Amino acid sequence: MSEQNLSNHFAIETRNLNLFYGNFRAVKDVNLQIVPRKITAIIGPSGCGKSTVLRSFNRMNDFVPGFHMEGEILFHGKNLYAPDVDPVQVRQYIGMVFQKPNPFPKSIYENVAWGARINGYKGNMDELVEGALRAAALWDEVKDNLKKSGLSLSGGQQQRLCIARALAVKPEIILMDEPCSALDPIATLKIEDLMRELSENYTIIIVTHNMQQAARASDYTAFFTMDEDRAGVMVEYGETSQIFTNPRDKRTEDYITGRFG
Amino acid sequence: MEVSLRHLKRPEESALDVSRRLQKRPRWGEGFIQAFLFFCGAVSILTTIGIVYELGKEALLFFQMPGVTLLEFFTKTEWQPTVGRFGVLPLVSATLVTTVIAMMVAVPFGLGAAIYLSEYASEKARKVLKPALEVLAGIPTVVYGYFALTTVTPFLRIFFGDAINIYNMLSAGLTMGIMIIPLVASVSEDALHSVPNALREGAYAMGATRLETSLQVVVPAALSGIIAGFILGFSRAIGETMIVAIAAGAGPNFTFNPLKAAETMTGYIARISGGDVAYDTPDYNSIFAIGLLLFGISLVLNIISRRISARLREVYE
Amino acid sequence: MNRSVVLSETGNLSVRHQWGKFFQGLFLFSTVIGLIVLGILIVTVVDKTFTLVAVTNKVDPATLADRPLEELSEEELRQILRENLRPARLRTIERDQAPLDEMNQADLTALVTTEIVKPTTRASYPLFQSLTRRAEIEAEIRSEYPDAQIYFKAWLTWDFLQRSMSTKPDLAGVRQAVKGSLWIIFITILVAFPIGVGAAIYLEEYADHRSRINRILQTNIENLAGVPSIIYGILGLAVFVRTLALITSGAVFGVDAGSGRTILSGGLTMALLVLPILIISSQEALRAVPRSLREASYAMGATRWQTIWHHVLPYALPGILTGTILTVSRALGETAPLILVGASSLINKDPQSVFSFFTTLPFQIYNWTVRPQPEFRNIAAAAILVLLAVLLSLNATAIVLRNRLSKRI
Repeated sequence: MSEQNLSNHFAIETRNLNLFYGNFRAVKDVNLQIVPRKITAIIGPSGCGKSTVLRSFNRMNDFVPGFHMEGEILFHGKNLYAPDVDPVQVRQYIGMVFQKPNPFPKSIYENVAWGARINGYKGNMDELVEGALRAAALWDEVKDNLKKSGLSLSGGQQQRLCIARALAVKPEIILMDEPCSALDPIATLKIEDLMRELSENYTIIIVTHNMQQAARASDYTAFFTMDEDRAGVMVEYGETSQIFTNPRDKRTEDYITGRFG
Repeated sequence: MEVSLRHLKRPEESALDVSRRLQKRPRWGEGFIQAFLFFCGAVSILTTIGIVYELGKEALLFFQMPGVTLLEFFTKTEWQPTVGRFGVLPLVSATLVTTVIAMMVAVPFGLGAAIYLSEYASEKARKVLKPALEVLAGIPTVVYGYFALTTVTPFLRIFFGDAINIYNMLSAGLTMGIMIIPLVASVSEDALHSVPNALREGAYAMGATRLETSLQVVVPAALSGIIAGFILGFSRAIGETMIVAIAAGAGPNFTFNPLKAAETMTGYIARISGGDVAYDTPDYNSIFAIGLLLFGISLVLNIISRRISARLREVYE
Repeated sequence: MNRSVVLSETGNLSVRHQWGKFFQGLFLFSTVIGLIVLGILIVTVVDKTFTLVAVTNKVDPATLADRPLEELSEEELRQILRENLRPARLRTIERDQAPLDEMNQADLTALVTTEIVKPTTRASYPLFQSLTRRAEIEAEIRSEYPDAQIYFKAWLTWDFLQRSMSTKPDLAGVRQAVKGSLWIIFITILVAFPIGVGAAIYLEEYADHRSRINRILQTNIENLAGVPSIIYGILGLAVFVRTLALITSGAVFGVDAGSGRTILSGGLTMALLVLPILIISSQEALRAVPRSLREASYAMGATRWQTIWHHVLPYALPGILTGTILTVSRALGETAPLILVGASSLINKDPQSVFSFFTTLPFQIYNWTVRPQPEFRNIAAAAILVLLAVLLSLNATAIVLRNRLSKRI
């Protein structure tokens, strides 16, 4: 099997990924293979670079002054940071949901339709919007109020709207950066159920500081921590059940048993 | 679920398709827009170049005229370009006198207002007073000029009688001071506002009254920002034209007596250019020489002021 | 602790509190002194706008017609003009202003008044003085001008807004000045708004703040904001009026005004003047747009300009508009630069295009204020009231807009 085909087994693969802010190395030598159509959780103490890694997957770090990277992030065998890659195109394949729900100050309908429209979607927009809202388990709650502002929804609904909005661009991968940290437990549960449903068709990578959430909702877990230079390193990566029941590394065990972090 | 997902499904793509779709594509529109926006920013550079070039060029012509020397320009006390007297000092002295008077009004009142707004006023009072000060700052200077001539000067005549001229620097300076209060107040208030609350709480905890806290702790902590505000006010007063053109007098006069009429640099420029001034005459060129002087002074003051307030920001941010 | 020490401590404390009260009063006074002056200013202006006047006519209007002039038809007015004026004078008027047949009733009435009735205000007494010492003043007038009519005159009237410029304060109006101001402001906005907002977008959304050129741009803009307005006037005189005279006089467009002292030059000069202020206020509005909004847009595969156009600008627009309105009101009141680019008080034709010569409201105020005859102070006061009314309503709009904005966030 050629190397290109091998990498196709993974949704995303990083090779010796190093991420820098100016002279500061925020993430050191990460080799991570994300399994397609599964939920991968990235956990670790705050400041360990887990969000930085996540945001490097769809090149959102490009906007941070002084950011640069070394190594490779492969997507369908293509290095996302190759000079001929257009970051705008990358984000159409790899969508993102943020920590705080951030719907546009527009109607619910427009929130979903906008991304598809700018990406040149020519099909039936009403059907697309309905499909995306249904897929995000929001349709029944908003179908009579599509003209209302996205900001009028509750926090949990807003976050599901943001997921629907991401789906409408037809991504392969959805990145979630602590998507439930601003939500109450019931809204959190709804999002987790939704993630499970979506993982049938999408690859989901979620950064969370909530270990229970990672244990409940993910198939694979990567544990990050800081080394002595304060750079983030990946300690352990494996199936979630293994990481939480039988961690191989002492540091992982300390963290999940609450002795550290 | 399956039906609705139909629209959301991406068609199957080979690695090659994906790699091709990720390719950078020329975005002419984006590039054009960015170029246009950069041009918009560059207009300000062109403006600066224009100012420096035009002022410099014509001022050079002025200094090349027979009988004009830099030494004479900066040391002689008579300014009559049409008859060959080129000492700029009378204009400078008048500018200085009016500006100093203005600062004597604007500094105490501006600082007082800033302290009141930042340290004393309730949220409600601030909501009323701040826009009110902005309105004051929005009054055209020509209106202040009218006020100086028709109200302030007659008022001053009650005290000084005939010792004060109809056109005089005192009236212009006082009015200019009032005009500058909002500027000084707003810059100083920003500076006071940026002083961390912990400092105030520290002083209160030691039993200081509000006044003692304000004057002995907060004001010294914000001093550089406040001084930046003073300098900005000073620069504003030097460049102010309409008030002095209307109320201070027309005609250069080398005097430091504020009760007398005298013409400032800006007042001279306004008066000379008021008619149809013919190009390339001593009058015309002298406008540029004085303009250059004015530009230089205000530029230096502005730069100093910004340096000082930048240092304050560094301390507290 | 010794009891007397405690007592003296409290004594000291009360002194400290008294000082506190005293200074608090001083600080409050500093804050409101501006408002007090503003109050005095408005009182002064009103005082001079409504005055008791003594007026003498050269020709009694009653001898011209049996009804007041305002009630006469256009044809009757033309008749009066033709009967009472020498043909040479009539020709001059028709050449300078417009043929009689094309003038409307208001213009004709004004013409009859200026050319035939020739009312002259002999004396004018400010409002409050007139109210308190009316009898005294009337006696004074009677002794000096026995045949004068004495009445209260509002210098600010609907007519004053519509009348043309005149060298006689009784007949002067601000029509050309108001129109000139509007033309200038129109050009200013047309030029400064897109460039100013564009520059702000570049600096906030595109520029890398660590690059040298962008730091220079930012510093330069801040420096320009502090340059005295009269310097812009000098720049306008040298560049727009003189160097670009072919364009600003309209010569290349076939409508040569004769010199570059036109509305176009004035508007462009004003645009350069307000540009830095507009850029800085727009930058502040753009900076207030939350980062999460931009991230949401980029994460969906939007380009930079799509993000700016669809999300950042709509969000920042109220803030940008507030800044623009405040800037416009600043430009409306600005006088000094226009003196240099050739505002002229001799304008008695309405501006027709950007290549017309012009006067503006603040320039007219300046011009009238510096004239020796006291009646000019009255019309200057009336013009100030007009200007302040416009500016205050602009400011009020901006404040309302800003409050709406802060509520939304």
